[in-house]
Amino acid sequence: MFIHRLVGLFRRRHLEDDLDAELRSHLEMAREANLRRGMAAEDARREALRAFGGVEQVKETCRDQRRLPPIDTVLQDLRFGFRILRRSPGFSLLAVLCLTLGIGSTAAVSSWIEGILLRPFPAVAHQDRLMAVAGTNRAEPGFSDVSWPDFADLQKGCRLFDSFIVDRITGTTLSTGERAERAAGSIVSANYFEALRVHPILGRGFEPAEDLGRNAHPVTVISYQMWKERFHSDPGIVGRTQMLNGMPHTIIGVAPPGFYGTFVGWAMQFWVPASMQETFDPTGYKLEDRGARWIEGFARLKAGVTPEQAQAEISAAAKRLEADYPATNRGRGIKLFPLWQAPFNNAGTLLPTLRIALLVVVFVLLIVCANVSNLLLVRALGRRHEMTVRLAVGAGRGRLLRQLLTEGLILSAMAAAGGLVVAYWCRDLLVLLLPMRGGLTMHLPGEIDWRVLAASTGACLISTLLFGLVPAIQTSKIDLASALKAESRGVVGGGRRALVRSSLVLLQVSLSFVLLVGAGLLLQSLRGVQNTSPGFSTPGLLTSSVDLVAAGYDAQRARNLQDELVDRLQALGGVESVAFARIMPFSYRSYSSAPIAVDGYEPPPDEQPSVDYDEVGPAYLATMGIPLVSGREFTRADDAAAPLVAVVNEAMAAQYWRGKDPLGSRLQAKGRRMQVVGVAKASKYRNLTEPPKPFFYVPMRQSAAGQGLAIRASQGPEAMAKALVRELHALDANLAPGELITMQEQVDRTTAVQRVAVKMLGLFGGLALLLAAIGLYGVMSYAVSQSTRELGLRMALGAGASDLLRLVMSHGLALTAGGVVVGGAAALGLTRLIGDLLYKVSPRDPLAFGTALVAMTIAAAAACLLPAWRATRTDPVRALRD
Amino acid sequence: MPSSRAEVLQGTLDLLVLKTLDSMGPMHGFGIAARIQQVSEDLLRLNQGTLYPALLRLEQRGWIASRWGVSKNNRRAKYYSLTRTGHRQLEEEAEGWDRMSAVINRVLGTS
Repeated sequence: MFIHRLVGLFRRRHLEDDLDAELRSHLEMAREANLRRGMAAEDARREALRAFGGVEQVKETCRDQRRLPPIDTVLQDLRFGFRILRRSPGFSLLAVLCLTLGIGSTAAVSSWIEGILLRPFPAVAHQDRLMAVAGTNRAEPGFSDVSWPDFADLQKGCRLFDSFIVDRITGTTLSTGERAERAAGSIVSANYFEALRVHPILGRGFEPAEDLGRNAHPVTVISYQMWKERFHSDPGIVGRTQMLNGMPHTIIGVAPPGFYGTFVGWAMQFWVPASMQETFDPTGYKLEDRGARWIEGFARLKAGVTPEQAQAEISAAAKRLEADYPATNRGRGIKLFPLWQAPFNNAGTLLPTLRIALLVVVFVLLIVCANVSNLLLVRALGRRHEMTVRLAVGAGRGRLLRQLLTEGLILSAMAAAGGLVVAYWCRDLLVLLLPMRGGLTMHLPGEIDWRVLAASTGACLISTLLFGLVPAIQTSKIDLASALKAESRGVVGGGRRALVRSSLVLLQVSLSFVLLVGAGLLLQSLRGVQNTSPGFSTPGLLTSSVDLVAAGYDAQRARNLQDELVDRLQALGGVESVAFARIMPFSYRSYSSAPIAVDGYEPPPDEQPSVDYDEVGPAYLATMGIPLVSGREFTRADDAAAPLVAVVNEAMAAQYWRGKDPLGSRLQAKGRRMQVVGVAKASKYRNLTEPPKPFFYVPMRQSAAGQGLAIRASQGPEAMAKALVRELHALDANLAPGELITMQEQVDRTTAVQRVAVKMLGLFGGLALLLAAIGLYGVMSYAVSQSTRELGLRMALGAGASDLLRLVMSHGLALTAGGVVVGGAAALGLTRLIGDLLYKVSPRDPLAFGTALVAMTIAAAAACLLPAWRATRTDPVRALRD
Repeated sequence: MPSSRAEVLQGTLDLLVLKTLDSMGPMHGFGIAARIQQVSEDLLRLNQGTLYPALLRLEQRGWIASRWGVSKNNRRAKYYSLTRTGHRQLEEEAEGWDRMSAVINRVLGTS
């Protein structure tokens, strides 16, 4: 039945002819039969027709019966809709562009959320059951990594998990030449590839025993990208060796294309088994140290296990570890996070920004809908005649409504298609907005999958309803009687239709006001962040790195080379001071952290105080410009043969010595007793917004060597980079330094997320302001054009140009004021959502609200000025005569 | 006003068409109309045109099939024939009709 009718849709012409022929043949046969019965020719024909009944009626009945009613009218609506839209290309283009902006930005942001937060590892099987594993400490907020023995015990003690995956981001310096090339890699457990169900395209993944034994298995799986670019897709790559951190590693496999590892933010280039941890970590061998927390792991739940059940089980396992190993695990717990909240990669960092982005694009979509709605309303006036005629000849109002919504759907479907193209272009936009870190470009792809497509389709349908319904109802509600009479002309801003349009403008104004306030707040906050002192002096301070571990230097040779390099650099003109440190402040690497004990300090029970520290070379504090409060900093004499020493910062002195002078007293960390020889001013260590926190320094010569280099000099970064390469090559032609930048830039890079948020809100806020102004302009121009009679009358009665100007302007500004009031109220509620991106700025900051008000008022005044001016040009004689 | 010519009851036209095709084999529209009138001895009042929507409906349901052919008088005509499902349908409808008329007869008989 359905098929018959469907066929009928496409063969309409043919079937129509068929029916014609059949009926004609029937009438002929009837006529012949009548003739045979002896009727006269004319009577025979008439009798045949009489017996048949109405021929056209029969045809019409058959036609109706053949029809597939819903599809048929939809096709008709679509054809008609396209014809109508083609007839006003300017309007259609504007509407589609507006909607493309709205739907495209929604699609782009949802693809980022999908690709970065929700499903960051598309090549991994069942990533929806993957959870990030992090440690907690009762003594301090925040989250830590997990130690190897703990991880192994958790795995043994839990039944609700498929697998536990060890992962730790690391890096190596690959080629040497003018500039060292950094490559990100991962230290992983042997089950890594198997558990993720990622199958190497060449060779194999790791074998179960390969994560056991200290430095016992120098093997590596390389990424598809590295295989292609560095090894030119060599099919015989498996079995070759590659130097990684000074040790030859056998390449055992090539990962498939599309697999970038499991760290949101960077594309991994190589993977090594956990047994090689020491090779990639200058702070020492950690596989047997329960106190060394370095694993950024994942666990995959068994199918059907809820995160709550999993958390309960793993917490119980952590509790047992706490009881079994109080020395290292007192107060320690384990917490599972969904991937989008993972505390150790860039998902967590980007979460607030993406949340704002989502909020912003929803706003933009609403504003766009209000705008298109307004456009449609204007056009509906032009189509009033058409609608009246269609109603008069009997079209149902429901049918008209459907026709108008179909037109809207055509617009938004075209926009959705364009929007997906926009989203596709924008999928790597976040990477462009964020700077390189650690010499590596970030990898933050948007993912356009069926969920994003579904979200975009949803946005398209919802926006069709939002922008299409009001005009459609308005249009189809024409009162035939009054529409056929002359259109009554109202006063400025009067009339029902004008009221609807005014409310749409009011909505636009209020939404853009919220965006402007948000942009203002973030800008204020960014300025606050940038004005915060890092605690060291950035002017004239440069930073770079020399990776000696990767070049295969042992500790003694590394120390010698570093000393020589420092001497050579300091001998250059303009160089004031040079120092090495394992971690430079504001770099993406993490500091060492150790449980500490201080003579005379009794920690609360159940707590194990733990403090971050950095291994620094001689004259580090002087080079950085971190002032000493008392005592001294390290010199070359503080080496392995000398007594162990440490410098603490003021915050640490205040917390653990409680006002007593720490100089000369003992600090115990990692089982080593050090004498405090100096107290330094507290500075910022990771970012500008962190609160002052306890921190201490130990001499590099008495612990791990590092690659961070600080240079205080009068030269610019370009000149210094050349000098550094020259001096380094003089010492060892195979060495190359890392990226050399000013310390200021390094600091600025940590505020990238805030800057992205500011840019985004600023851009969309400005756009929203423009759209709102256009909407206001449209409403005011229309009001003025519709009330020329009233304006003329006023002029005839003695109103001056300034009176009319005031009349129109005041109406426009009243609308704006209404929008600002509504928007202001909404902003007060909504700005709390960006609270965690705000630094030293209240979400109700009067300056931000004031600036937004001024911007809105200026835009509104500009939008009303032209219509108002036109009102003053009304010719009273003509207006009254017409 | 009682009339000697009865209106075709709603829904019975389908049954008449099916029965006609069943007993006469493939026929064209005019033939079916003439046959129904002949068998009913002109007691049924049938607008011949109403036959065509009924034929279309039956064809859409798959109970009859159509094919263009040539009549005895050498005229092109569309011939309809009963399909297998149409055959089954006829049996069911005829049975239903028998039951219905029996019931009505019984009701009329008792009053």
